[in-house]
Amino acid sequence: MRASRRTATPTAQAGKNPAPARDGGRTAIDLRAQLRAVVAAGGVRLVDLTQTLSPAFPPIVLPPEMGQSRPFRMEQISRYDEGGPAWYWNNLSFGEHTGTHFDAPIHWISGRDLPGNAVDTVPIGHFIAPACVIDCSAQARADADFLLTVDHLAAWEKRHGRIARGSWVLMRTDWSKRTDPVAYQNLDDTGQHTPGPDPDCVRFLVNDRDVLGFGTETIGTDAGQAAHFTPPYPCHYYMHGAGKYGLQCLCNLDLLPATGALVVAAPLKILQGSGSPLRVFAIVPARADPSRSKRRAARDPSRSAP
Amino acid sequence: MSRMRQDANVAEPRPLRRKNPVLRTRRPTLPPSARSRIALGLTAAAARGRLELQVCQDCDAVQYPAREACRACLSDRLVWRLQSGRGELSAETVLHAAQELFFRERLPWRIGLVHLDAGADVIAYLHEKVSAAPCRVRVEAALDRAGQAVLVAVPDQGRSDLSDDAKLREMTCDPRGRKVLVTDGKSPLGQAAVRALAAAGADLVWVGEAEPWKKAAGFEGLRALPQATIVPLDVTDSRSVRELAGEIGAKVDILVNTADCHRTSAVAARRGVEIAQLEMDINYFGLLRLAQEFAPPLKARAADGSASATAWVNVLSVFALSNYPPHGTYSASKAAALSLSQALRAELRPAGVRVINLFPGPIDDDWDQLVLPPKITPAAVAAALVEALKGSVEDVYPGEVAQDWCARYLDNPKVLERELTEEAQ
Amino acid sequence: MARAAYDDVVLAAPVTVPYVRYSIRGAHWFLGRALARLIAAAKIPKTRIDGLAAASFTLAPDTAVGLTQHLGLTLRWLDHVPMGGASAIVSIRRAARAVQGGDAEIVACIAGDTNHTDSFRRNTAAFSQFARDAVYPYGSAGPNANFALLTAYYMRTYGARREDFGKLCVAQRNNALKNPLALFKQKLTLDQYLNARLIADPLRLYDCVMPCAGAEGFLVMPRQTAERLGLRFARLLGAVERHNAFPDDPVQYRAGWALDRDQLYAQAGVGPEEIDFVEAYDDYPVINVLQLEDLGFCGKGQGPEFIRANTFEVEGTFPLNTSGGQLSVGQAGAAGGHLGVVEAIRQLTGQTLGARVADARRGLASGFGMINYDRGICCGAVVLAAA
Repeated sequence: MRASRRTATPTAQAGKNPAPARDGGRTAIDLRAQLRAVVAAGGVRLVDLTQTLSPAFPPIVLPPEMGQSRPFRMEQISRYDEGGPAWYWNNLSFGEHTGTHFDAPIHWISGRDLPGNAVDTVPIGHFIAPACVIDCSAQARADADFLLTVDHLAAWEKRHGRIARGSWVLMRTDWSKRTDPVAYQNLDDTGQHTPGPDPDCVRFLVNDRDVLGFGTETIGTDAGQAAHFTPPYPCHYYMHGAGKYGLQCLCNLDLLPATGALVVAAPLKILQGSGSPLRVFAIVPARADPSRSKRRAARDPSRSAP
Repeated sequence: MSRMRQDANVAEPRPLRRKNPVLRTRRPTLPPSARSRIALGLTAAAARGRLELQVCQDCDAVQYPAREACRACLSDRLVWRLQSGRGELSAETVLHAAQELFFRERLPWRIGLVHLDAGADVIAYLHEKVSAAPCRVRVEAALDRAGQAVLVAVPDQGRSDLSDDAKLREMTCDPRGRKVLVTDGKSPLGQAAVRALAAAGADLVWVGEAEPWKKAAGFEGLRALPQATIVPLDVTDSRSVRELAGEIGAKVDILVNTADCHRTSAVAARRGVEIAQLEMDINYFGLLRLAQEFAPPLKARAADGSASATAWVNVLSVFALSNYPPHGTYSASKAAALSLSQALRAELRPAGVRVINLFPGPIDDDWDQLVLPPKITPAAVAAALVEALKGSVEDVYPGEVAQDWCARYLDNPKVLERELTEEAQ
Repeated sequence: MARAAYDDVVLAAPVTVPYVRYSIRGAHWFLGRALARLIAAAKIPKTRIDGLAAASFTLAPDTAVGLTQHLGLTLRWLDHVPMGGASAIVSIRRAARAVQGGDAEIVACIAGDTNHTDSFRRNTAAFSQFARDAVYPYGSAGPNANFALLTAYYMRTYGARREDFGKLCVAQRNNALKNPLALFKQKLTLDQYLNARLIADPLRLYDCVMPCAGAEGFLVMPRQTAERLGLRFARLLGAVERHNAFPDDPVQYRAGWALDRDQLYAQAGVGPEEIDFVEAYDDYPVINVLQLEDLGFCGKGQGPEFIRANTFEVEGTFPLNTSGGQLSVGQAGAAGGHLGVVEAIRQLTGQTLGARVADARRGLASGFGMINYDRGICCGAVVLAAA
């Protein structure tokens, strides 16, 4: 874990200094450069990466003797009726980690003492970041317990260029297309079977690529069987231990280019919150598509280094 | 109906009785329900399936109708005691005219005058198997559709169930030929209830399932039951309850609420309220959600022919009567459910729908693993549930522990509270 | 202690407020009309009435107290008599001692009820605590259920046939045909009686009285007062009452008269063979039979034989319910028991509305009522004589 130092307000740096600044030990994004690239591309499209927050969405399953995280529930207050003649509104209850949600470092024991580690203290500059989308959809279809490895990353980088510091790494598995909650949870007598990164892969992303965080389409940034890894839940352990973040239950990753998209992910400002459901979406340059990004990387291998 | 059964990979289902949809649904009428306070002692005992009459502690005279002073010696030391009900039918009549709508709809109606061996003379309904007067009979106490005690004479020999008599069957909530919803059909108790209800002749059993991604041993076997249909139901989710009620609410005749969240937390032993909130959300708020959505359609169909809406069963716990401190928050949630079920009973009574509460002792399952025996099996609780529906009772204490607990509670609830505190130490 | 005689206590001014099946008026109206007819018949001002005994099922929330102010009476003796068909007999017993003791001089004994279309159901549903707790929930048939049980028991025990009861009903109807105030105006044949609509087996339509609205009344006073007023009167020879007799009988096959009839005849100084007519309380024919037996006209269980051996019309061998009785005139609620007393006074004073019993010198009027649970609790009888 690195020493921490809080920055000046992010707005100050975005307009003035093109050089990347240090921010709480993590690399700040050169937002201006990113936005310039997007504008130069001649237009954007927006892609919603968020599952609808509904009571039907499956929550994380834990052994019954542990504390339970709430699934999403709505209790209607009124709907243009005697409870409230001209208005409709609801009371909600949910856990911080319900539905499409953001994990802050304080969520894991390894990140519990880091500065800026709760959702209300995460620097605002980290709420917009470029995304690297790793397509594992074929492998995940064949094997629910598929693990992303360093070798897979190497192959990806060969095609799309080096994973930039301060990027989100999003593991596309098309798992969000499993609309049947039973298939989505994919539980059996030996537990949950969903894809995720292996420990080496996580260590590499943290130590060698200094990413912003890891995102998945499943419940949990770690694989379903990660309780049995060494260390258990390595993505949570290492990412949060390094002050990095998680995004879970994403969808529509198949609509993103491998590189070039900017992901907006701003969790609720909950006092000492460990995470929150949120609206996460991508700003995609209109002419950026997977095939184009491949050709660009082939022309200029150094392009993605900030 | 056929859409819901598509995924059941089962034998040919039995043909269901269909009602002519153009006919107006009959509204429920009730027998006369006014009783003096002292007469309610009969109802209190009948709720547990017992015939009790007042006996004078000074001269042993048995009193009927219920009264405030002994008819023989004027003593006020009258106590309710279990009776055998044996006696002689002195006279009988068949009524062909009646003042109240309930009886007018059901004429002719047979009643008799029985001289009990214990010394009192009682007017009673006569089971159709009772021969002409004079003959030996046995009088039982049952609950009529207004939820009040009535006396029924059955033949002295052999076994005569209320459900065998074409008219008196209406005092039962017999699942035969009816459609039943079991709110949690996945737990061991829920599965046992589904099987028991199917075996008792239910036409259709909707099996409620929350969290379909969690497997439960034995659950897949329910799909093979021709009467069973698995439906999504999560009692913590208002929307889920509302949607299911919208779909099947108008067809449910009996609702059996088996949804239960049982954890083994005392009060101070565990920090945080989220487990207690989960227990309350399922055990108490779950009941409230079900009541809000399913009670109205149940009430509307309480007189809908022989397969009418008839009962609401809650599986509570003896812990609801007096808190069992090692399962302190669970006990409190079941006590909350008990109180709410009393409110539900008051709301359903005017429609003639009976609320039946079961109070089993510790069930032989995961959560009572550390409780010492005797424990009751889920199958035994399910059997008691079906028997309660086929009988005419409201409060059921299945198993030895439940019977014992109930006796102690009725004897002196404060003493029971202390006893349970001693046990917890 | 020997019972005191009723020397010089007389009954006068028999009045009836004509019965109607249904009325929108309240009980106070019928009782008011009865009182008005009494003072008119006696030709006295209202202020001469200084005692009142009133009986009604539909006066609530009032009792005789409310009635007193309602009708503008000032009284030195007041009794509310809630004993149903025994109220007339009991009123006579009370009033007689009052006038004998000088506590009152002219006591009006009145009974009456209104009848609305739902009166019967309301009255039977809350008739008594025991009825509400232990009878009404069993078919809501009111007293019809109780008397069906009683009739079935009597028939089985003593071999009575429906034809026996029918004979009484037919005879009473014949008597009623001469009574201009009777609600039933058509002859009743035994065949019609036997095949009428079933009410509660074995009771059929003509075994049951028709509830209606109406009132009856008479005055009790010392003989000297009646003579000074120039009124025709009947003398009170004897009177008995008994409540809740034989409580351990599983079924009521005998009532209080059986305990007190010897006393009654001893006090009256006459035996049953000297009675010229009987006004029995006839809410059901079987009760007529119990009265014939318990009042000594035949032995217990010999009622059927007695019926087969006699005729009961006014001109018959045993005149019974000479105006038709409640079964053919109607039952105006609590006035049902007063009907017989009023008819007895009319027979003995030559003021009959219908047929007259020839040479009637002594008559017996009997009362019964209040099916509190499974049997009639109240019971009584009077022996009256012509002046």
